[in-house]
Amino acid sequence: MQFLEKTKKSIFSLFILILLILSFFVFKFALDKEKVYSPKITDEQIFTDFEVEDLIDGRKINFSKVLFGKNFYLINIWSSWCEPCKDESDKLLELKKETSIMMVGINYKDKKKNALNFLKLYGDPFDQIFIDKQGTISINFGAYGVPETFLINDHNKVLKKYIGPLNDEDVFEIKKITNN
Amino acid sequence: MTRMFLKSKKLLIIKILIIFVLITINFKNFAISSTYSEEQTINITKNLRCLICQGQTIHESNSDFAESMKKYIKSELEDGKTNEEIFSSLVKKYGQWIVYDPGISRNTLLLWSLPLLLFLIGGAIIVKKIFRKI
Repeated sequence: MQFLEKTKKSIFSLFILILLILSFFVFKFALDKEKVYSPKITDEQIFTDFEVEDLIDGRKINFSKVLFGKNFYLINIWSSWCEPCKDESDKLLELKKETSIMMVGINYKDKKKNALNFLKLYGDPFDQIFIDKQGTISINFGAYGVPETFLINDHNKVLKKYIGPLNDEDVFEIKKITNN
Repeated sequence: MTRMFLKSKKLLIIKILIIFVLITINFKNFAISSTYSEEQTINITKNLRCLICQGQTIHESNSDFAESMKKYIKSELEDGKTNEEIFSSLVKKYGQWIVYDPGISRNTLLLWSLPLLLFLIGGAIIVKKIFRKI
């Protein structure tokens, strides 16, 4: 009987010990985890259709009709007031040379005059530019700021998502994916 | 007499016009409220996390992202989308993190079942102790 009681007690203390060790690891991994959240790309993330307005001529078109005729589409959300957008302009100009990519710009919460001045000053890497005055078009892509870039294939699937300005490594990666 | 009659006719026309304007305004409001209510928008935004703020909901936040999200939700509701459709499309775009009340899925199974499991274990221990005393 005493032996049974002792075994019970040791099982209970073992249980408590395992619980403590488990809690330690849970906290350790949780605290070590990156605090800045960035949305992950899921296989399901395919855009539903929505209407967009051209920056230059103001014509309205369904976005599904924009993504047509190329193997890859690079969607870049930018604005004239966004400082990091200036840094990535040369990277976008470099990617414009890739023939398999259609460059699509989404001008985020900007004024037309300022946007056009920006393109004049830093170069226009885009085949088409659409406006997002309310910031709702960007939400359709799953974006939450500027600059953000999405690489999409001809099945409208997001292959890569870049939060913040593109750097040389990103350009290399995009070229590698689109040239394969 | 004729003057009095004209005056009352004028007044009648003005009254009809006022009633017509009031009905039009109310009908417009009714038409808007019939598609979705402000309460519905608030209920959705209260369950959405502001991704660029510290521990705030979209409803509480005035950040650029939150304001855009509120407009996006209103436009989705105007298009006749249900709450579930809006939540599921946002989860697809931003992941489970965007919602404060994550549904039961493979990833959240432990989160939902652990409190229940601990409650049952605790309950079993208490019951056992009580019965032992009896």
